[in-house]
Amino acid sequence: MSAPAMGTSKTAHTDSSHKKKKGPGTLAIAYLVIYNVVMTAGWLVIAVGLVRAYLARGSYHGLYYSIEKPLKFFQTGALLEILHCAVGIVPSSVVLTGFQVMSRVFLTWAVTHSVREVQSEDSVLLFVVAWTVTEIIRYSFYTFSLLNHLPYLIKWASFLNIHRYTFFIVLYPMGVAGELLTIYAALPYVQKTGLYSITLPNKYNFSFDYHSFLILVMVSYIPLFPQLYFHMMRQRKKVLGHMEEYSKVE
Amino acid sequence: VFVFVFDWQVEPNATIGEIKSMFHKSHVLFDIFKLFIRGKSLKDEDVLQHLPVGTTATFYFRDLGAQISWVTVFLTEYAGPLLIYLMFYFRVPFIYVPKYDFTTSKHWVVHLACMCHSFHYVKRLLETLFVHRFSHGTMPLRNIFKNCTYYWGFAAWMAYYINHPLYTPPTYGEQQIRLALTVFLFCQIGNFSIHIALRNLRPPGSKTRKIPYPTKNPFTWIFLLVSCPNYTYELGSWLGFTLMTQCLPVAAFTLVGFIQMTVWAKGKHRSYLKEFRDYPTLRSPILPFIL
Repeated sequence: MSAPAMGTSKTAHTDSSHKKKKGPGTLAIAYLVIYNVVMTAGWLVIAVGLVRAYLARGSYHGLYYSIEKPLKFFQTGALLEILHCAVGIVPSSVVLTGFQVMSRVFLTWAVTHSVREVQSEDSVLLFVVAWTVTEIIRYSFYTFSLLNHLPYLIKWASFLNIHRYTFFIVLYPMGVAGELLTIYAALPYVQKTGLYSITLPNKYNFSFDYHSFLILVMVSYIPLFPQLYFHMMRQRKKVLGHMEEYSKVE
Repeated sequence: VFVFVFDWQVEPNATIGEIKSMFHKSHVLFDIFKLFIRGKSLKDEDVLQHLPVGTTATFYFRDLGAQISWVTVFLTEYAGPLLIYLMFYFRVPFIYVPKYDFTTSKHWVVHLACMCHSFHYVKRLLETLFVHRFSHGTMPLRNIFKNCTYYWGFAAWMAYYINHPLYTPPTYGEQQIRLALTVFLFCQIGNFSIHIALRNLRPPGSKTRKIPYPTKNPFTWIFLLVSCPNYTYELGSWLGFTLMTQCLPVAAFTLVGFIQMTVWAKGKHRSYLKEFRDYPTLRSPILPFIL
């Protein structure tokens, strides 16, 4: 789906000098800062690439090709986030993070990369833009959160946090629409070529129809999308509520 | 959290079970709950005078939510695969192409597989009714949906391919099937032997816990090396069935089952070690020396 939520990051308000519970060590924090900075930079590269290509061509068709490689690289790199949760340096659920990253990676490789004919579709641009804006905000927010012992950075972190939750209102449906339309566009080609499909008879007595599988994936958005959307809305209300109190105290 | 104050006269040798039923008589809606003292849950057999209480006792209640009996869950989750597999075996309409409706496979291994699969689940049903002695009467209601989805879903998936008109028999033919059948039957007998041995550890109606040991039955000698040989034999049975059918979904089912049983075996092994100081050190949870 288009906007992985990292869960409530506990590193945001933990003063590293009096940590009562065992959190990530300094080395881990340094690594995570580098990781998030690199990812922010990567998605900025994609954003800039999109803008430049648009200005050069004068139209928004076929912009995928101009950012294909960095998109694949940085989106695939997000797999590391599953490792971060598994190792414990990030306080999120491995299953939830895994699911979110895998769905992105699936769309990048198993749909967009694998079915060349959809690469020129406008729906691809829809989710790429949604992902790009979301990820730039998300990774820069995490970077600032991790560096939160510098007081003036907390304001930046809050600024990004509010925008992350607010932009989400538009970006998430936009991303989902782009993803669904892209999968839908891929269907006829998958059916025609039998891509990634296995038929009977064969010696392991197994079959797999990728076409049906993609339809199943599309259907799975129905229960999942509203849950994630309303979860983020609830998080947003909470965050904005805290922001009000914060500004009142100041 | 509920707070009740009672002024009951209770004998010091009263059990928790008796206290619970006294409570249930006066508050009928509370029927399945656990009592706690100092955060530790209490068993029905615990006697009042052996608990850390004085002339007054404070108990904490935890309502367990909607419950269902283990027997009901087992019967439902095992009856499903038995019937579902047979539906595919007899090629009931709407599964395969209409011209195959109510036909039977031309491969004799398919008939054998149906017999083995059915035997396995009939055995499980009979064991549930006559062999197993359950420690807990009930489990949370949502488990029945989870468990049935798992068993029934996999049964349908496997049965679809094995009984398919385009099924391909095992590569090494009769040799492979014979070996697979031997493994399967050996492990079925083994699994049954273990269930009987475990049942005999526990006198009827009691909930005592003892270390299981090998008996005169050679199939139980595996207790020397393994804490949960019932799971070991179960794995063996499904490996046999996988070999017999040479079907990838069966292999997948075997793998998932193995992972789950390993988790259970490790837990059981750990609780044996915790409860019995003289627990044999040679034993592994599920696979001798390995796991």
